[in-house]
Amino acid sequence: MTEDLSFEDALAALEVKVAELSRGDVPLDRALAAFEEGLALYRRCHKVLAEAEQRVTRLVEAAGGLKEEPFAVE
Amino acid sequence: MEALAILPEADGRAPRSLTVTELAQLLRDTLRGNPILSRVLVRGEASNVQRTPAGHVFFTLKDATAQVACVLFRDEAEAAAPVLEDGMEVVASGEVDLYTRKGEVQLVVRAVTPAGIGAFWATFQRTRKRLAADGLFDVSRKRPLPRFPRRIGVVTSESGAVVHDIVVVLRRRWPLADVVVAPSSVQGSEAPAQLRSALRALGDRVDVVVLARGGGSLEDLWAFNDEALARSIAACPVAVVSAVGHETDVTIADFVADVRAPTPSAAAEIAAPDAAELRARLRTHRDALARSVLAVLRERWTDVARIRERLSPAGLRREVEADSVRLGTAASLLLAAGTRAVARARERLESLGRRLDVLSPLATLRRGYAIVSRPDGGILPCAKTIEAGEPLVVRLQDGRVHVHVDRKEVP
Repeated sequence: MTEDLSFEDALAALEVKVAELSRGDVPLDRALAAFEEGLALYRRCHKVLAEAEQRVTRLVEAAGGLKEEPFAVE
Repeated sequence: MEALAILPEADGRAPRSLTVTELAQLLRDTLRGNPILSRVLVRGEASNVQRTPAGHVFFTLKDATAQVACVLFRDEAEAAAPVLEDGMEVVASGEVDLYTRKGEVQLVVRAVTPAGIGAFWATFQRTRKRLAADGLFDVSRKRPLPRFPRRIGVVTSESGAVVHDIVVVLRRRWPLADVVVAPSSVQGSEAPAQLRSALRALGDRVDVVVLARGGGSLEDLWAFNDEALARSIAACPVAVVSAVGHETDVTIADFVADVRAPTPSAAAEIAAPDAAELRARLRTHRDALARSVLAVLRERWTDVARIRERLSPAGLRREVEADSVRLGTAASLLLAAGTRAVARARERLESLGRRLDVLSPLATLRRGYAIVSRPDGGILPCAKTIEAGEPLVVRLQDGRVHVHVDRKEVP
């Protein structure tokens, strides 16, 4: 489930876990679960950042309207 | 009034002199009688523009080698003065006259229209006023930028340094977003319409738009002062970051954009978050998770140590084993996260183990403390729950003694 999250959603969820755990009055089971979930979210964010590959396109007029074609910027 | 300035007296006495007023009037009539000077068109730079409380405007028209004083009386000033500013290139029409009280030649201006750069400024100010009246510059209209844009639109010329600079910055800072370039000419008469259709095309394809152009002369940047373009920027469904010309150049597009950046590269930086900063924030979050879970574990271990005595050996073993598995899992997760923070976390886990020994009730008993419980095993930490005459068990380091309560003192 975590694997499908966007960076934005994973970061927001991670911040929720951090806040939840830092309250301190969490039962052990819940704390360990939150920790594991948080770590998975951290990994998700990290992976999205590491694997991001930017696509640069250019809008051009085509028969059926506008289309995007690859645009190389040197 | 005589036709000559100096007239010999008929009787041979000293020649008759003119009064100053007569001379001034003579000059004035000469000026007024000249068909060119009574209806003249002069081009020059306005300077020293001063408005009087009565509503008249005094200024000087000059070029490189000469200057002429000018006055614009109230009625004409109301029509023309709003656009009249120091340094403005203007064409003034009116008649040349003599201001007799000062003996100064002045141009009594009937109309003044901007010329050259002056014409640009006049249009600029008019456009700005109209758009301001329509609320297009209101701060409340400014849209916030998306924190994590997924698609970033760029409206600029597809050749040249600007598009390159923007794409390079976006690639470095925020490779998560795709970049869509909507090419447009950025100067000349075609530019405003092309810029507008580029904005329209991007509006529903991206989360934020960067509208940029490199430095240039006032004429080069002129397309970005176009009123229709300004309205298109305001109507764009997503926020627009503008960067037109150099930092000192200000265009209407900059006023109406949601954010104005000093340069195209800066616009790209404003439009996209910085992945490096986010990595640092992620590390902070991960370390906070590890710190918090260790704190919870430490508390839990202390609890385990406290109740250890009350559990049967088998039950205790099960509990401790279950916790050990969890701790092992947590520790290996921490290890997998793999940084100095985790090394610190592991040290803390180890010192936790040492503390567990210190906190163990057995160690406490060795120091001379005792544990008091009911025969059924319930530990009694407080005197007020104990009744006089009650049978109790006292555990010492080497065995138990069974006692009865003699009397109770609870302050």
